[in-house]
Parts: sequence; C-alpha cells; structure tokens
Amino acid sequence: MPDLHSALMVAVVALVTIALRFAPFLIFRGSKQTPAFVAYLGRVLPYAIMGMLVVYCLRNISFASAPHGAPELIACAVVAALHLWKRNTLISIVGGTVCYMLLIQLVF
Amino acid sequence: MKRTKEIILEAFRATVPVMAGYLVLGMGFGILLRTKGYGVGWALAMSGFIYAGSMQYLTIDLLTGGASLITAAITTLLVNARHLFYGISMVAGYRKLGKEKPYAIFALTDETYSLVCQDDQHPNPDDYRRYVFWVSLCDQCYWVAGSLVGALLGSIIPFDVTGIDFSLTALFLTVFIEQWLSTKDHASALIGVIASVLCVVVFGPANFLLPAMAAILISLTVLRAVRKEDAHA
Repeated sequence: MPDLHSALMVAVVALVTIALRFAPFLIFRGSKQTPAFVAYLGRVLPYAIMGMLVVYCLRNISFASAPHGAPELIACAVVAALHLWKRNTLISIVGGTVCYMLLIQLVF
Repeated sequence: MKRTKEIILEAFRATVPVMAGYLVLGMGFGILLRTKGYGVGWALAMSGFIYAGSMQYLTIDLLTGGASLITAAITTLLVNARHLFYGISMVAGYRKLGKEKPYAIFALTDETYSLVCQDDQHPNPDDYRRYVFWVSLCDQCYWVAGSLVGALLGSIIPFDVTGIDFSLTALFLTVFIEQWLSTKDHASALIGVIASVLCVVVFGPANFLLPAMAAILISLTVLRAVRKEDAHA
C-alpha cells in the first residue's frame, strides 16, 4: 500500500536518476572550453551509443529456443531495407513495427 | 533563425516515432502501477520526476517487493548509468543551450538522445537550442500522458498492441543506419555493436550495460591514441 516508504523510494530513484543525468555537465562546467578528450567523446560516442542501444533493445532474444529471434531479426531487416530504400524515418519505423506486431501476433 | 512555430512543428515531426512507443509503454506502466494499488498521483509523480522508462517499471517491483532505499538507490545507479554516457557526449553540444538547459538535461532519455545527439538540420545555435527543448518536452508529454491514461482508465485500447514497443528498437536502428550513412569512419559504430554483443554473451543480458560502457570507453580511448600516433608518424 502507498505510504511514506514508497514516497521516499520514488524520491530516491528520481534523485539518483537526476544526479546521473546532470553529473557530466556539472563535472565539465567550470572550464569555458570543453576538454579535448570530452570533445572527442562528444564526436565519436553517439555512433557507439546507438549501436549499444540497438543491442540493448534486442538483448533478451533467445537464439537457442524457438522462434530463435526470428520476429526481431526479420523486423530489423525490414526496418533496414525500408530505410536504405526510402531514407524516411517514419516509414521505416512504422513498417518495421507493423511487421513485428503481425509476426508475433499471427505467425510465431 | 527560424520562427518558433516552425521549430515546434519540426520537433513534433521528429518525435512522432517516439509518440507511439511512449504512449503505449507509458500506459502499460500506469496500468501496472494501478493494479498494485498506486493511483494517478503516483503515476504522475514518477513519470514527472523519474522519467526513465525501464527504471519506472523496475521501481514498481521495488515498491511492491519491500526493497530498502539503499537497494533502490543502487539499482537505479546500475540501470541508469548509461545516462552518464549521454551526458558526456552532449557536454559540448548542450553548451549552446540557455535557460532551457536544466530541463533538457533532466529530460535526456534514450529516445530524446537519439533525436538530438547529431542534429545537422539546425546549424544555427538558436534553432538547435529551441529544437532540443521542444523535442525534450514533446517526448515527456507523451510519456506522462500515456501513464496518466493507464493509471486512470486501465486498458482502453480496443485492439491488440502486443509488440508495438518494437517502435523504439526501430527508432534506434534507423538512427544507427542514418549515422552509418553519414560518415566513412565506422570504427566507433562497430566498437559499440561488437563490445555490446560480446558483453551480452559474456555477462548476460541483465548485466551487460556497465561492462559494455567500460569496453566502449577503453576502445575509443585506445583508438584515439593509435590514430594520434599515426598522424604524427
């Protein structure tokens, strides 16, 4: 049941999350210029992070048991194919998502 | 400099892919919270102040499982450590932001990050600044609206939406492809994918993020040193 402990817990989760989000900006706040290494990370990290996020979304696929990740892999292939063809983010996402929903609701 | 109306429209268009995912996942969160005896106020407080999807779902487990505050803090630290990464990579970019900066930092979720991390459409700092703010705000509105509806009404969607959360995977994948096509240098993208896959295999899906982040940081540091040496040679 909702109580003081619950309220405190929500506050703790919120504060830790906020601290994590603000920490880098507070740490590198002082110098007028961004340190060279941080500027370097700002240039190259987005590529690595998006790769990491894609893997993060697919991390729970089990290749050992049926359907061996087939719906996810097929839907990702559809997203990639649509995107290389049309270069339109909305078309790629809607197409891939509809494909995925049909696959897991009707096929697998 | 573009007009504010124009910027808002661009931000809205950019966030449409996030809308479906956030509304549905937010609704799922609100419904789950409601079934555990926590009403609208809790949904609003959590989506308003925590605003981190997977962590909010986990917090329901922590709340109902009688976890201690210390456990909650450590769990949050581990699950949300990836936000440090987003911050580090935006330290330079967000220098362009003014009074909207605190909110933009607070609202920097995975999805918002994917939309603002490399913005070639807004070379004018003043456009970028407002674009970032409106993207951040739109995304949080979807999330809060979804969780409110879920907490108030329960499940009201008349058709089966199982699998609609794939839209967020698809969003990340399209950003990844877009970034891949934008450069000839694929070292960082490959490091991100390979390090993450290796860490999923070695550490398991539940614990892979921290080691993957460490591996990515180390690899990028080594890469920089090696390339510097090449440049000097």
